[in-house]
Amino acid sequence: MTDYIVPLLLFLTAALALRKKENAYDIMLQGASEGLKLLLSILPTLILLLTAVHMLRSSGAMELLSGILAPVFSCLGIPPETAMLVLVRPISGSAALAVGAELMAEYGVDSLVGRTAAVMLGSTETTFYTISVYFGAAGIRKTRYTIPAALFADFVGFFMASLTVRLFF
Amino acid sequence: MVMSWIWTGIVLASILCSFASGSGAALARAALQGAQAGVTVAVSMAGAICLWTGVGRLMEATGVADGLSRLMRPLLHRLFPSTKKNPALARDLSANICANFLGLGNAATPMGIRAAQRLKQGDAATDELCRLIVLNTASIQLIPANVAAIRSSLGCATPFDILPAVWITSLLSAGLGVTAAWLLGKVWRR
Repeated sequence: MTDYIVPLLLFLTAALALRKKENAYDIMLQGASEGLKLLLSILPTLILLLTAVHMLRSSGAMELLSGILAPVFSCLGIPPETAMLVLVRPISGSAALAVGAELMAEYGVDSLVGRTAAVMLGSTETTFYTISVYFGAAGIRKTRYTIPAALFADFVGFFMASLTVRLFF
Repeated sequence: MVMSWIWTGIVLASILCSFASGSGAALARAALQGAQAGVTVAVSMAGAICLWTGVGRLMEATGVADGLSRLMRPLLHRLFPSTKKNPALARDLSANICANFLGLGNAATPMGIRAAQRLKQGDAATDELCRLIVLNTASIQLIPANVAAIRSSLGCATPFDILPAVWITSLLSAGLGVTAAWLLGKVWRR
């Protein structure tokens, strides 16, 4: 069913535009060229951010940090095996998917750790990426309290993921 | 300014850690690979972003966007009071929230950025803009398709059995995140 959301959405908006005698194709073309401009405005942000993220990942800092954080996590009721995922999730979406998939494969998809990893991935976003892209494109220098508030939301997400999985399964 | 500190901090931390583990050559390579990855990611999103800004334009022209924002008016007025006087902002915000909800991240981004451009004042983030970012980083979505796909590829028979847990978790993290933003907004100077 969910497979048809996107194709149907495309068809229905175009059909509706035709019924209202709008030039659907031309309007979409204009929009698409706007999209290209938008992409250009977020490209520098992406390059700089991913440079730092790749450096951090190759340096082994994440492994070091997750080793330190694991005991703290088990105190909070978050499975310590997911420490690496929690650290990677806010900075790199693709790396988080890879770490999460690895956890699910290693501990089993229906294990406590595997399920917690899945819920974490499904209920959080790549926070630093989102912040950089939005603020970069909108030209905002003073981010004020956005980062602490967003990281707090992430933390609630990780904590609740562990709690709900333990309660529901 | 905060991003400058974070960026410099990340680079310094990587240098120190790789010095400790003796992987200096890999670090230089990783920096250049990361820069290239930025371009690769941008190119891999290009199609989706252009398609969705196109469709977004079409939804504006046909009045679908207006309908959506009318439907979401109670929520929008409470979270983003300036939508009361700014219908274009209401349209962008409702499109952003709906696209996130349907799991169309690449469709949500262009609408969200347009809303952010309308919300900013000078070069500082307003309270409402911070709220928008927190909502977007908390990822409220109906069906986390990526995760379900990974689970079923690993042989899970019921990849969607985590849905209730995902819904509760993301609702709470968004709710508490917005609350935290609201509290911080009261004490943080502009």
